[in-house]
Amino acid sequence: MVEDEGIRRYVAHAILWIGIAIVAFPVYIAIVASTQDNALIANGQMSLLPGGHFFEVYYQTIFVGTSGSTREPVGNMMLNSLVMALAIAIGKIAISIISAYAIVYFRFPFRMAIFWIIFITLMLPVEVRIYPTYKIVADLHMLDSYAGLSLPLIASATATLLFRQFFMTVPDELLEASRIDGAGPLRFFWDTLLPLSRTNMAALFVILFILGWNQYLWPLLITTRDDMQTIQVGIRKMITTTDALTEWPIVMATAVLAMLPPVFVVVAMQKLFVRGLVETEK
Amino acid sequence: MANVTLRNVRKTYTGGFEAIKGVNVDVADGQFCVLVGPSGCGKSTLLRMVAGLETVTGGEIDIGGRVVNQIEPADRDIAMVFQNYALYPHMSVYNNMAYGLRNRGMAETEVKSRVEEAARVLELTSMLERKPRQLSGGQRQRVAMGRAIVRQPKVFLFDEPLSNLDAKLRIAMRVEIRKLQRRLNTTSIYVTHDQLEAMTLADVLVVMNGGQVEQVGNPLAIYEKPATTFVASFIGAPPMNLMSTRADEIKSQLNGAATEAGILGIRPEDFVITDQTPAGGVALPLTVEAIERVGAETFIYGSREQEEQRVAATPGELPPGEVIVRIPGTEAPAIGARIRVAAIRPKLHLFSGDGRTRLEA
Repeated sequence: MVEDEGIRRYVAHAILWIGIAIVAFPVYIAIVASTQDNALIANGQMSLLPGGHFFEVYYQTIFVGTSGSTREPVGNMMLNSLVMALAIAIGKIAISIISAYAIVYFRFPFRMAIFWIIFITLMLPVEVRIYPTYKIVADLHMLDSYAGLSLPLIASATATLLFRQFFMTVPDELLEASRIDGAGPLRFFWDTLLPLSRTNMAALFVILFILGWNQYLWPLLITTRDDMQTIQVGIRKMITTTDALTEWPIVMATAVLAMLPPVFVVVAMQKLFVRGLVETEK
Repeated sequence: MANVTLRNVRKTYTGGFEAIKGVNVDVADGQFCVLVGPSGCGKSTLLRMVAGLETVTGGEIDIGGRVVNQIEPADRDIAMVFQNYALYPHMSVYNNMAYGLRNRGMAETEVKSRVEEAARVLELTSMLERKPRQLSGGQRQRVAMGRAIVRQPKVFLFDEPLSNLDAKLRIAMRVEIRKLQRRLNTTSIYVTHDQLEAMTLADVLVVMNGGQVEQVGNPLAIYEKPATTFVASFIGAPPMNLMSTRADEIKSQLNGAATEAGILGIRPEDFVITDQTPAGGVALPLTVEAIERVGAETFIYGSREQEEQRVAATPGELPPGEVIVRIPGTEAPAIGARIRVAAIRPKLHLFSGDGRTRLEA
C-alpha cells in the first residue's frame, strides 16, 4: 500500500492547493489591481499580472489620497484605525483583568450581583445600544475624537469572563503562599497573576485588535471630520463617488493596506500564543 | 525560635459546621509536632489557622508569647510548605526562594547569601536558574522546603508535604525533613494522615478525630498506652484488635474495679501462638483464613470460634470476629488450620464500653 499512500498524499495536497487558491485569489486580485493604471481597470481590461504602477499608486494612497474633493491620505486613516484598535484592545484587557481579579479574589457586598450585571451586558452589543451610547458620547463632547472612538467599546464582558475562568483555575495555594511571603493584593496581582495570564492576554489581544480594527458602524457615526476617518470607513467612501470614476487602484491599495496590521498582529502574537500553549505554566 | 500554644481553639464555619471543637495543644520551642488523623478530622484546618489562612472563631493561638489571632500570615513569622508545593510557576528556583525575602525589603546581597546557603543544604545549587516545571517531584519538594528555610521563621508549618511523592522518595524526604529540623532547631507543626510518618517524625504527636484532640503525647507513649479505642486503632499498622468483653472478665483483669462491660484491645504483634494461657492474660482459639507474608514478618488473619460472644467494638476497623496476628519470620500455619494465640497481661488494653476512656489496673 506504499504507492497508494503516495497517491493519496498528492490528492490531499491538490485539494489543499485548490482551497488556498480559492481563498487567496481575491487577495491576489486586490494586489494586482493596486498596481495597474485606473483607465485600464475602468475599461474592463485588467491584466491578471501585476502592472508597473506599484510605487506611484501606493505613494498616492498613503500620502495624498484620492483625487476627489474630500481627499484624505490613507496613512492618516491607518493611524486613526491603529490608535482606535490599540486603545480598544489594551483598554479592554486592562479593564477586564482588573474587574475579573476583583470578582474572583475579593469578597464584597453584591459581588455576585455585579458579576451577573457584567454577564448580562453580553446580550447588548454596540449595535443594540447605539443610540444611548451616541447620546452619551455627544453630550460628553467626544465626537470626532480618539476617546469617542474607543472608550464606548472598551467595557467588555467577554474578556472579563475569560479572565475570571482562568483565575479560577489558578490554585488557591499560590495566593496563600503569596500571603505568607508577604505579598499584598497588588503584589500578588502584579508578580504572580499577570505573568501567569500572559498567554491569555496575547490571545485576547489578537482577537480584540482585529475586532477594533474592523469596526465600521461606530466610527461612521461618531466621526464627521475627514481627518478622524478610520480606514474601514475610508474605503467605503472611496468606492461611492458621485462625480468621477472610482479610482480602483487606490481603493485596492487601501484594502491591501487595511489587511496588513491584523496580519502582522496575528503573526507576531501567534508565536507567543503557541509557546504559551506548549509550556503550560500552572 | 518560639513555642506555639493553642488555647481552646475553635472553628465554626458560617452555616454552623464546627470543624474544630476546642483544641488545646502546647508545642515547646524547637519541638516537632505532628497532627495526625483521618481525612476530614480538621488537622489541615487547624494548621491553616496557625498559618493565618483561616480565621479563628474561638480561643487563642499564641506564637512565641504573642497572640496572633488577628495578625496577617506574613507578619506571624511562619513559613509553610504546601501539599502541592505552590511554587510560583513563572519564577526560577532562585526567585521562588528569594520572593518572600525581597517582599520584606531585604538587601539583595543578604537575599543572595541566604538563598545560596539554602540551595547548598538542599542540593539545589545547580538548579537555581530552572523553572519549577523543569524539576522532578522531589526537587520541587526541596524548593518548597528552601522557600521556607530562607525565611528563618519562628515556626515551620507542613501541610502533608510528602503525599505527592512516590513511596521510596517519601521515606528519603521524611528523613531529610527530620534532619533539617533538628539542625535548624525550629519549632515545626506537621500535618499528615500517614501514621507511620507521624510516628517517625514526631516529638509530640497529636491524634485528632472529628475536630477534637483524642490524645497528645510522645509517639511511643501513645503507641503503648492509647487513651481511646480510636487512637488504638489509628496508631499502629495493622490496627489493634478490638473486641467487646464481659464485665466479669474486666473485673478479673482490673481486680474488681469495673462494673460494666468494656472493650479489650490487643495489638497484632503482641500475640504469640501457644497452647498455654498466660496467668492474667488472654487466649483465643482461631481458624486461619488468610496469610500475608511480607518477608520479615507474616500477618495471620483468623476468625474466632462461633461460640465466642465477643465482637469487634469499633465499626470499620475489623469485621466482627476477625483477629490479626503478626508474627516474625515467614513460617505460618496453613489456611484453615485451627490455632490458639495468647497475649500476656501487660499487653492487654482495656477501654470503657463507649471506647472513650482507657481503664487502668
